[in-house]
Amino acid sequence: MVSIKGQPNLLHLTLKIWRQDGPDDKGHFVDIDAPGIPTSASFLEMLDIINERLIGEGKDPVAFDHDCREGICGMCSLVINGVAHGPEKATTTCQLHMRSFKDGDTIHIEPFRAKAFPVIKDLAVDRSAFDSIIRGGGYISVRTGAAPEANNTPIPKPVADAAFDAAACIGCGACVAACKNASAMLFVAAKAGQLNSLPQGQAERTARSLGMVQAMDKAGFGNCTNQYECEAACPKEIDRSWITRLNRSYTAAFARKSLL
Amino acid sequence: MATEPDQMAAHSASQEIPMTMNSAIPEGPMAEKWTRHKMASKLINPKNKRKYKVIVVGSGLAGGSAAASLSELGYQVECFCYQDSPRRAHSIAAQGGINAAKNYQNDGDSVHRLFYDTVKGGDFRSREANVHRLAEVSVDIIDQCVAQGVPFAREYGGLLANRSFGGAQVSRTFYARGQTGQQLLLGAYSALCKEIEHGNVTMHPRTEMLDLVVVDGQAKGIICRNLKTGAITRHAADAVCLATGGYGNVFFLSTNAMGCNVMAAFRAHRRGALFSNPCYTQIHPTCIPRSGDYQSKLTLMSESLRNDGRVWVPKNKEDSQKAPGDIPEEDRDYYLERKYPSFGNLAPRDISSRAAKEVCDEGRGVGPEVGGVRQGVYLDFAEAINQFGQATIEERYGNLFEMYQRITGESPYELPMRIYPAVHYTMGGLWVDYNLMSNLPGLHVLGEANFSDHGANRLGASALMQGLADGYFVAPATLPNYLATQKPGSVTTDHAAFEEAEKAVTERLEKLLSIQGDRSVDSFHREVGLLCWDNCGMERTKEGLEDALAKIPKIREEFWSNVRVPKSGVSSFNPELEKAGRVADFIDFAELMCIDALHREESCGGHFRAEHQYTEEDQKDGLGEVGEAKRNDENFAYVAGWEHTGDPSHPRLHKENLEFEEVKLAVRSYK
Repeated sequence: MVSIKGQPNLLHLTLKIWRQDGPDDKGHFVDIDAPGIPTSASFLEMLDIINERLIGEGKDPVAFDHDCREGICGMCSLVINGVAHGPEKATTTCQLHMRSFKDGDTIHIEPFRAKAFPVIKDLAVDRSAFDSIIRGGGYISVRTGAAPEANNTPIPKPVADAAFDAAACIGCGACVAACKNASAMLFVAAKAGQLNSLPQGQAERTARSLGMVQAMDKAGFGNCTNQYECEAACPKEIDRSWITRLNRSYTAAFARKSLL
Repeated sequence: MATEPDQMAAHSASQEIPMTMNSAIPEGPMAEKWTRHKMASKLINPKNKRKYKVIVVGSGLAGGSAAASLSELGYQVECFCYQDSPRRAHSIAAQGGINAAKNYQNDGDSVHRLFYDTVKGGDFRSREANVHRLAEVSVDIIDQCVAQGVPFAREYGGLLANRSFGGAQVSRTFYARGQTGQQLLLGAYSALCKEIEHGNVTMHPRTEMLDLVVVDGQAKGIICRNLKTGAITRHAADAVCLATGGYGNVFFLSTNAMGCNVMAAFRAHRRGALFSNPCYTQIHPTCIPRSGDYQSKLTLMSESLRNDGRVWVPKNKEDSQKAPGDIPEEDRDYYLERKYPSFGNLAPRDISSRAAKEVCDEGRGVGPEVGGVRQGVYLDFAEAINQFGQATIEERYGNLFEMYQRITGESPYELPMRIYPAVHYTMGGLWVDYNLMSNLPGLHVLGEANFSDHGANRLGASALMQGLADGYFVAPATLPNYLATQKPGSVTTDHAAFEEAEKAVTERLEKLLSIQGDRSVDSFHREVGLLCWDNCGMERTKEGLEDALAKIPKIREEFWSNVRVPKSGVSSFNPELEKAGRVADFIDFAELMCIDALHREESCGGHFRAEHQYTEEDQKDGLGEVGEAKRNDENFAYVAGWEHTGDPSHPRLHKENLEFEEVKLAVRSYK
């Protein structure tokens, strides 16, 4: 192994990690003593270190979801000390670093909890309910090859920028985990809002607003009661105003549908 | 010798497969080949299309767009990805942008210029006809994505904005802040979701392909493992498309996602598909340097940062430990601007990476010492912030600066970034012909998983272009050339070949679980990865490669006798078991990569052999600058295609000679 000059700062932590064998298991917290954790390691690298130790002891490593480890794929999750994605604002778990913790800290690590996100094992959950929401209308129906010249429809920069702000959602589900009702409203509002605000998205605006909300309800997510815990937990800082816009689109769509 | 159980069994199936590399490049002038080929291609009438089933493995830009587009045409599609949702494929992490020859900037761009830049950028080791087609369809990709609602950056007039990117002197890159890959992938994913809902796509997330099923010498299905339940499943189809990405994680540390792997491509290789140019790996010059032994991956900082950032190191070694602000202007070496005045900080990736290694090896690197060397150079935005103001720089790179600060704890608005090269992309891949079909009939390979368009080096903003070109436009047009020769649904999963493949897969998993040795899967991955980085990374030598080739079989032997995979989940969710299968293939693949690197006695693009560089004498003769890559066109202007022989240490070499009609072979100069 390569040597790194200068000892990094090391933390001695106590971890209380949620262990659950499968969706039907009740699950429980397990205490793990975690000395020698470098402050420059990421939170998931800390879990790698723990798992390496568990494997060395012949024990079952902790299962958790992760992939890109650069805050964009949305695969990582975890509720850390009661907060989805942990203590740093606008930061996914994979981008959270151990310098955010102090020597001697106790850290509670739990899965994202929601009826619509069943636990697969330990900290890994099934978020395919989000895919079912996108299937409900989170697209513009344009066949490959049927697109007009891209610059034929100018889109004012502020409109394009706002659509981008909504499109930045990574579909991680922190909004659901943070919500006391396990509502997916911020996720739905972001995707619907991106497409509903662009000229290309107008043709299907009604169907999209109705379809995505119906799919959300069907998947078992709770109702939105405007607490905005979702906004606070969102690693991409999706604004709560998208929820207002979705409510407006939905109401209009509902009325329009009733008239048909 | 401890080795994989199905080593010989897999090979026996490959006997009837043609080991020829017939590129099937259409006749006619370069600019007309694609149009003519489409006209000459077979068609399947709409009523018959629905009888054919196509398997698409991978749901990134290439796989997702192919699955959606094939379904729109009427084919039945089964799409597989190991992630929990197709939206999470690693294309999502691409930051910078996507090239297209739109010439919206009126700066002289054209299809021909994009074609030329890509062939030259690939150091004359790509197939001209494929690259020309790529440049042609690039413009359609932008139209398609905009229509899907991809929020590209726009100018105040409402039209699309562009920026320049490494290796080009025109502004042809379309971008969506620093998240272009994310937005393009979400576009393809939305099209895929539309087709899952209304069309003919069946999606299988958290499902990994563990083997290819070959029936009478043709690809007819795959064997998968449901990662949630551990169940092994069989899937039959009339054709198989692999869009499973690159093999950068063979180095353990790379900018790839943790799950990226070579298994699907390597399993196909073991079943008879030729693997081409595995030694062409791209080392990206601008990544965040590593900080410790526990490091699990490296993070890219988009190349677009080099538009406004200036790369420098101290002129004197003694200044390496100083704070950057304490080093006066006259003591700084802006080495890219000095060495490559016309491209400066935008010199292509391979050249910039080697230049960084060179100054760090001289002892002029900055940041913490790793392995006795300070592996970092500065990327400084002070001048750009002065010139344009912090708000403009924030608008351009805000999210990247935040990401950097989260990882390092330092703000690039106040201190220059520290960057160092890291493995990023792999140009090699399964060999394909002009139809994107491998030598194994029925097996099509798309995106980064094939070898075809980038030669020995990929230019910035070209990966997204190629993935979407293959998936949206090329495969849907070329796949019927194969399908039309097949009777739909002729093979079912009760065929003996499925039986044999499933048995091999199950035995391999059981073997992995039965070893119960002392070492974790990751420890082997780190070992083989570091060996590759040291000996088959930015600079390769005969000695180093031979050393690596002596060590890899020993790593393999130890792996198959001393790895510990937790037994807890034999037929359930078991991420360590997933990793074990991938790492086993990485070990074998590392050997193939080093064999290819050793056999290629030249330097080209991402493959830099220290023995082959221009000397002072060459420079005097005007052949090339000292220290630059020296190609050997006479002996190596070919695509290497490696055949699996049953013994991973002794693959058999086949060659496709590259012919250059349009672009004159020349020394690749960016002075």
